[in-house]
Amino acid sequence: MADASGAAQHHDELAAPEGGRFSFRAKVFEADDLRRAHTRIAHEIVERNHGAADLVLIGLYTRGVAVAHRIAEAINDFEHVDVPVGAMDVAFYRDDIALRPVQPLGPTEVPVDVSERTVVLVDDVLFTGRTVRAALDALTALGRPRAVQLAVLVDRGHRELPIRADYVGKNLPTKVAEDVRVRLVETDGDGDSIELWGPA
Amino acid sequence: MKNLLSITDLDRDDLETMLSLSEDFLHVTERDIPKVPALQGKVVVSLFYEDSTRTRISFETAAKRLSCDVMSFSVGSSSVNKGEGLRDTVQTIAAMGVDAVVVRHSAAGAPNRVASWIDASIINAGDGSHEHPTQALLDLLTLRRKRGSDLSGLRVAIVGDIVHSRVARSLVLGLDAVGAHTTLVAPPTLLPDSLEGWPVDVTHDLDSLLPELDVLYLLRIQRERQSASRLPSLREYTARWGLTVERASRLKPDTLVMHPGPMNRGVEIAAEVAEGPASLIKEQVTNGVAVRMAVLYTLLGSGGTVA
Repeated sequence: MADASGAAQHHDELAAPEGGRFSFRAKVFEADDLRRAHTRIAHEIVERNHGAADLVLIGLYTRGVAVAHRIAEAINDFEHVDVPVGAMDVAFYRDDIALRPVQPLGPTEVPVDVSERTVVLVDDVLFTGRTVRAALDALTALGRPRAVQLAVLVDRGHRELPIRADYVGKNLPTKVAEDVRVRLVETDGDGDSIELWGPA
Repeated sequence: MKNLLSITDLDRDDLETMLSLSEDFLHVTERDIPKVPALQGKVVVSLFYEDSTRTRISFETAAKRLSCDVMSFSVGSSSVNKGEGLRDTVQTIAAMGVDAVVVRHSAAGAPNRVASWIDASIINAGDGSHEHPTQALLDLLTLRRKRGSDLSGLRVAIVGDIVHSRVARSLVLGLDAVGAHTTLVAPPTLLPDSLEGWPVDVTHDLDSLLPELDVLYLLRIQRERQSASRLPSLREYTARWGLTVERASRLKPDTLVMHPGPMNRGVEIAAEVAEGPASLIKEQVTNGVAVRMAVLYTLLGSGGTVA
């Protein structure tokens, strides 16, 4: 079983609204699974877009940024193209600012003009879709992309908006009260993993 | 946190959070489209009973960049001229449904009174000689962007009309909260009768301080608040306490020069120094908008992490 106390300390900022104790349910991805997933996503992105020219990957803070960099590296490995990678914070575009403390997680930095490019938004977990909705608004302030696509490591269902991912690492059926915990070396220190946790 | 009436409404951690949020908003203001929908539908009223250019426009710009609706109240064209009192005016405005009121008034404590009358969030934009908390915040942000987030041990002199200065009062408290060391410099007549409890040193002698300062903060001589007996002639003031070109040459090369504006050029600061490389006066104005965005966002959002 996973180390419950360690994982709990790295609890996602959006998770566990009820407070309460959570316990480990299942390992969703080991480090190798995660590598295969983002490598496959990288291939799918290039296949769908007939190459990697005019692409820009924009990761959503915090872990989406790390995943976007990994996908860009994977594309560079087999396609030998440097796809620009940006980082986006959606705090000021969220629709729940009045409901809970919403603080920015980092500066929005996109190194290229997104106009006339295909933007791939990248996040770790797709849940209600509200973060992606906010990201689409934030993107509008940066320019008019030719197309916007969405890549996620895990789609856990329970959408509250008409939003769907174009590239999915794994479709994971969950209960609303459960919690998908992603840990990446870049953001969380130790090894990569994705776990499903639920109310004890 | 509902109101910002005094800089002491923020403890050291709150200050840190607010300044860090201000830096996020500074990024927003540097974009091609410097506007976010964060506070869509919120109504902010600026209620200014005293003249102001930068503070008022700064607050209104900040509110608009957060997508608030902004209503502007000018005493000159209002029912105040028909004799309407502050309480009636404020309650009338509140009855129209507003989320925040930015108050400037010549009476110390006026924003506190307003806060006790209505439910909206109240922001003190300067009350008499009492406080001006957003000015202190923007000054701290300006220093932080030049000197990094640790301002402890910074040697700051605040020079000039201390007795009338709400800027000085808020800034002294803000600098103390971040661990900087402040010396007040002024003629005896422009110092308060008692400085008991102020976390500062006091001197009348600017010249001996010059070589050791990290920051020289000049206050405006507030001619509109002077009674004749307090101020020596402007010429005499400039000779002893003004930042002339000659005095500026005796500062360390990296000493920062600040002024809250509006300036009396040639009185408390020479035009050449105000425009010079050490001067942060323009940055102060730019940073003011970001700070006020952070304050509005914190008060009108869900409160952020500031208690």
